[in-house]
Amino acid sequence: MQLRLEVNGVPYETDDVWEGESLLYVLRERLGLWGSKNACEQGECGSCSVLLDGELVCSCLVAAGQAQGRHVVTVEGLGRDGRMSAVQEAFLEAGAVQCGFCTPGLVVATEDLLRHNPAPSDVEIREALAGNLCRCTGYEKVLDAVRAAAGTSR
Amino acid sequence: MSTLTGPTRESAGAGAHTCDGVGDDARRPDGAQKVAGRFAFSSDLWADGMVWGATVRSPHPRARLVSVDPSEALRLPGVHCVLTHEDVPGKKTFGLEVADQPVLAVGEVRYQGEAVALVAADSPETARRAVAAVRVEYQPLVAVVDPMEAMLPTAEKVHPSGNIVRHFKLRRGDPFGEAPVVVSGEYEVGMQDQAFLGPESGLAVPADDGGVDLQVATQWLHADRRQVAAALGLPEAKVRLALAGVGGAFGAREDVSLQIHLCLLALRTGRPVKMVYSREESFFGHVHRHPARLRYVHGAARDGRLVFVKAEMVFDGGAYMSSTRAVIGNAGTLSVGPYVVPNVSVDAYGLYTNNPPCGAMRGFGAVQACFAYEAQMDRLAEELGMHPVELRSLNAMSQGSLMPTGQVVDSPAPVADLLRRVAQAPLPPPGPTVADVATEGLLPGGMANTTHGEGVVRGTGYAVGFKNVGFSEGYDDYTTVRVVLAAGPDGPVATVHSAGCELGQGLVTVQAQIARSELGVREVVVETADTRVGSAGSSSASRQTYMTAGALREACGQLRAEMLARAAARLGVPEADLSWAHGEVLGPGGDVLGLPELLEPGPLERTVEWRHRPTQEVDPETGQGDAHVQYSFAAHRAVVDVDTELGLVKVVQIDTAQDVGKAINPGAVLGQIHGGTTQGLGLALMEEIQVEAGRVKNPSFTDYLIPTILDVPPMRVQVLELADPHAPYGLRGVGEAPTISSTPAIVAAVRAATGRRLPRVPLRPQDIVGLGEAAGGTDGADGAAGTGGRAGGAHDLTGGVPEPRGPGSGEGGAVP
Repeated sequence: MQLRLEVNGVPYETDDVWEGESLLYVLRERLGLWGSKNACEQGECGSCSVLLDGELVCSCLVAAGQAQGRHVVTVEGLGRDGRMSAVQEAFLEAGAVQCGFCTPGLVVATEDLLRHNPAPSDVEIREALAGNLCRCTGYEKVLDAVRAAAGTSR
Repeated sequence: MSTLTGPTRESAGAGAHTCDGVGDDARRPDGAQKVAGRFAFSSDLWADGMVWGATVRSPHPRARLVSVDPSEALRLPGVHCVLTHEDVPGKKTFGLEVADQPVLAVGEVRYQGEAVALVAADSPETARRAVAAVRVEYQPLVAVVDPMEAMLPTAEKVHPSGNIVRHFKLRRGDPFGEAPVVVSGEYEVGMQDQAFLGPESGLAVPADDGGVDLQVATQWLHADRRQVAAALGLPEAKVRLALAGVGGAFGAREDVSLQIHLCLLALRTGRPVKMVYSREESFFGHVHRHPARLRYVHGAARDGRLVFVKAEMVFDGGAYMSSTRAVIGNAGTLSVGPYVVPNVSVDAYGLYTNNPPCGAMRGFGAVQACFAYEAQMDRLAEELGMHPVELRSLNAMSQGSLMPTGQVVDSPAPVADLLRRVAQAPLPPPGPTVADVATEGLLPGGMANTTHGEGVVRGTGYAVGFKNVGFSEGYDDYTTVRVVLAAGPDGPVATVHSAGCELGQGLVTVQAQIARSELGVREVVVETADTRVGSAGSSSASRQTYMTAGALREACGQLRAEMLARAAARLGVPEADLSWAHGEVLGPGGDVLGLPELLEPGPLERTVEWRHRPTQEVDPETGQGDAHVQYSFAAHRAVVDVDTELGLVKVVQIDTAQDVGKAINPGAVLGQIHGGTTQGLGLALMEEIQVEAGRVKNPSFTDYLIPTILDVPPMRVQVLELADPHAPYGLRGVGEAPTISSTPAIVAAVRAATGRRLPRVPLRPQDIVGLGEAAGGTDGADGAAGTGGRAGGAHDLTGGVPEPRGPGSGEGGAVP
């Protein structure tokens, strides 16, 4: 099938998409947007998190056809004018990045959290990021990063 | 909430403070790319004309391989080739220590998931269909899956050499020692997975010279190259590896997974080949932590001093050797913990079975032992009426103590101090009230609201552990580093080139920090790790920062010496009159020569191959010998709330104290401690590869659980910096120690809350509420404690091989 969608404000059109492909596969293998990661293929790890018409989704669980005509924001689309977003800057500054495989998903999920709740409590942060697995950091500095990004650093 | 405390902060070699030098919280050089999604991991590689590889794997834990018919797969459009063992041109087997694992199965498969054939196809989906279309005929055989039965002389042999890979014996003092207070117990550790997030992946490109270029996520480029070249029948010079972005490792990438397969496919198809394992395949594609059964008897005087420790440890290594021998060496030499014990008798066995192969995972042999010996210390404390910290401190090793191997502990060993620090850290406020539950969800069961506080009991537990740093037992362990110092347009530039693997731990950061401090330069380029330079050894065993720091500091020292010589010639004064500071040479009479002037004659380059101090093989009958380079120590205190009706645990707080010798990058050190502690929490409460009759039941992140941000409590860390005089900058390897003691500390807290023995990890709800199998344990069923008696009493471990125990025999319990 033919797929038209907008990613990070750029319109894309791609042919010969197999019906079984996920949005994640299209982003990575067809559009060359490697920022969204594939670690579990079943919506458990959050590494592939993107915003689909503003809604946080695991792109591995979205069929390519479901993205027809819709707007997708990936980690690559978060910064402006070649600069990092406040959330990206906070993750870097807090040392919340080790191997970095989970980082794009965590950054996208944090952007979504702060959009809905600009001053989350620790419990709200934990609940919002519970769908993003990280194996390196133990999440301590992830919490630091989110607090800093929210301006609620203690 | 984390603090760095230490008596001294040794300045870097050159003395001057440099921004983002040794001891600073330097930013990761790859961090900006990683937060922006622009860092290329091994699964993000791409090349023109690339095809996709995939693997046909055995569904049987043990079977005769009758035939492989690729014809149907080859008829699928878009399929380029199907390879079997007949297509392996060189050595047909590989392995980290001993080449006992077929590149592709020959004659027999020995574990579920063993690679049988390879395909290459135009797309991942076509490759997947081709894998399903390869017709493999198996004749299933009875699998050897019970490690206790595998040890019997009558057992079926998994390999012709027999099922015992290593029997490590440790004998010190009087093995039949008597003590007035004796406790014994039997413990079990389940099979843990490293569960890195970035799946095994890589890209192999055939080269014009008949060789191959491989980009791959790995922990040890040169060990991979040795095994790839042997299998391809090529000289090593024609196999060139470069490190691709690594999405975590934790031991699982020390062994070869898809490296050889990628190169075979690339050379056969003449095209670039990419492979990426799915999560399910990843569970079959790498080694895991050895599951273990451990029996311990501790004897103590009435004042609490340890008199003897006797132990028998059985580690299931699965179908192939991987690093089982080294794991057993660690388990055996570290078997009594960081305590002074005059009389020791330990037998540690590593086995072949038809279970999934096991090898390196963070903590490597020390994790299993620590879970058992720390449980024993708590039982002993209970028996003696002592506080667990008091008993441990009384027996704690310190600098000058003897290991049970006879090796002198010749650098700081602040075991008692670490325990004191976690014991004195502030406790969390009392458990959440019902009112909190609605807003905070902090009780066991969390947001699921499974309790409003009824049946919830709090407990506190302690543990301390240690781990050898670096490769032990006489291994020739070295790291190569090349440094180039050259003039650049914006000032002097140091280029650091090594094969040391950045896995996320921050090696790239510390390389740049060390070069800045040692050379006084601002700009440092860390080149991609590859095989154009000599081996760095493995990024494992908490060793890479230690080893790279040794090599890099030495190389930089040689460059400084060369610059002093240049300066002496230029100024016409003896070198002895010159000194180095802040990236400049200071001469007599106030002469100053900066790097730009010193580099005018041209760039300087040094390559250094650096070794840590030698270790010894241990005596095969007694385990005596100077086996280790250095130890890393950590202690934990865990506070938990347990729902005693549902068997759910909420870890409320974890305090950690660790001696790191010298924190080269304090922020990264904390990251290692947080992450390691969390992996230990996972082993305590949720992580297990469940193997039934040789088959993995839960190869997915839906069924194999790792801690989420909701499972992890606030973690406070106290870092000590007591310099090890034998180590570069005095540093100690950091990565593994925090994983070792967090598991027993959490389980001790659950024991304190519930009064149950809980001899097995991970804890399951049925164990906690008392519905588990025998190994899940109700009081008294799994061990004996009492006063008076000889070590070889009711629990006689001196007879060597333990009795075989079948399922349902009521003692010990089978793996679920």
